[in-house]
Amino acid sequence: MKEKQSLEDDIRRLQKIVEELASGKLTLGESLKKYEEGVKLAQSCSSTLNEAQRKVELLMKKEGKYSLEKFEDSPSQEK
Amino acid sequence: MSKATSDLFAAQTNHKKDKHVYTVSQITQDIKLILENTFGEVWVEGEVSNFKAYPSGHFYFTLKDEGAVLAAAMFKNVNKDVKFKIEDGLKVICSGRIEVYAPRGQYQLIVEKIEPKGIGAQQLAFEQLKNKLFKEGLFDQKHKKELPLMPFCAGLVTSSAGAVVRDILQILKKGAPCVDVVIRGVRVQGEHAGREISEAVNDFNQFKQVDVIIICRGGGSAEDLWSFNEEIVARAIYNSQIPTISAVGHQINVTLSDLVADVFVETPSAAAKVIVDKKNALLAELDGYRYELSSAISNILHRLKNTLATLKGMLKSPLDRLLEKQQLLDELNSGLNSHIQHALDMWEEKFHSLMERLEALSPLAVLSRGYSLSSLMPEDKIIKDASILKPKDLIKTILAKGSFLSSVQEVIKDEGKTKS
Repeated sequence: MKEKQSLEDDIRRLQKIVEELASGKLTLGESLKKYEEGVKLAQSCSSTLNEAQRKVELLMKKEGKYSLEKFEDSPSQEK
Repeated sequence: MSKATSDLFAAQTNHKKDKHVYTVSQITQDIKLILENTFGEVWVEGEVSNFKAYPSGHFYFTLKDEGAVLAAAMFKNVNKDVKFKIEDGLKVICSGRIEVYAPRGQYQLIVEKIEPKGIGAQQLAFEQLKNKLFKEGLFDQKHKKELPLMPFCAGLVTSSAGAVVRDILQILKKGAPCVDVVIRGVRVQGEHAGREISEAVNDFNQFKQVDVIIICRGGGSAEDLWSFNEEIVARAIYNSQIPTISAVGHQINVTLSDLVADVFVETPSAAAKVIVDKKNALLAELDGYRYELSSAISNILHRLKNTLATLKGMLKSPLDRLLEKQQLLDELNSGLNSHIQHALDMWEEKFHSLMERLEALSPLAVLSRGYSLSSLMPEDKIIKDASILKPKDLIKTILAKGSFLSSVQEVIKDEGKTKS
């Protein structure tokens, strides 16, 4: 999934930035740039994880083809 | 046949009337009748040996104990229902009929049912299959796949109508609402369940869009959970390219599905919580990174501040030196001033004493003693020698108090005093 891939990439990038920043080998300008990028990445990862939209679907197979159908949980049981 | 001959035979027959002679077939037939009618349906306990499964599908083996052996046969039509593997050394209880197999002159037990002794057939089958799969390495830790960093899409293999789906959906909704769920509804018990479960796992692998497959079922008896112990299920889970979580039954039941899956939890709810925990752990990790970022940047700033302070210190020292010089200058300056003042004072004093002496020498002081001073006018030239004077010259005479003008009457050229 796209979302997952970008999250994993973002977290790897974030880990690298934290390392680089902690190494203290960057100039102040570079450090501030990395810091800003890191904070942005952490923010976007957190908001991806805190995303509250989800889909619940049923996987159907007909004649070897897959399709997704909306899953309806019986409302009487929900209560 | 002649009469004589028949008589002879009759005599012989008569002779043998007390000693009835059977043909092999006859006696075997009698034994067969007696044995089979006497025993009918029997239960026999013994240890399996010389087990052979023939290509025809029939099983042949011997039941034995310390004192005897009993041949046994189990035909294809009944042995297909045996769930465990019959093998030598297995202690079993068989039920069946005693039958005489005439061509071999052998009696044997025709087994209708066979049960392992001590444990249930299912349990034994489970142990046997488990052992087999274990030997094949299906449970090896090295085959276990890591769950993705964050499974954003979970595939459920379970009954789409049960409480299990509802529990999982609710836990995810509350704890990780970012996770999409795809459900593949299957029967979770009964004859077709094993096939459906394994197909569902395969389907998710072909469908490819889920990050994790959760194979689950609520608790039940060992019988209810049987499908999750089927070889076809275990193999489907083992072959899954997508990481799997098995959550079948409750704590007490461990199924083959549990053993072969990448992650094994005790209940379906726990499977959902694995995902929620992943999310929370990631969020905590992100907080950690945020903290590290801030502390790294504040370290950098702190270090720069220190460097700046050091540099500032180095810049300050020439200024200090300048100030020192200035101070020195100030001191010299004030010293100079006081010296000058002193000199001036000295000079002033000297001046005053000179003035006093001057005053003492002043002609005015002489005048006060009665002397006077005369000068020739209009030049106002002091007259020290009368010879410069001529009569009628205008003379100004200064006294101690006041002065007067007079004219010369006569000039007296000797040592006598001039009179005005």
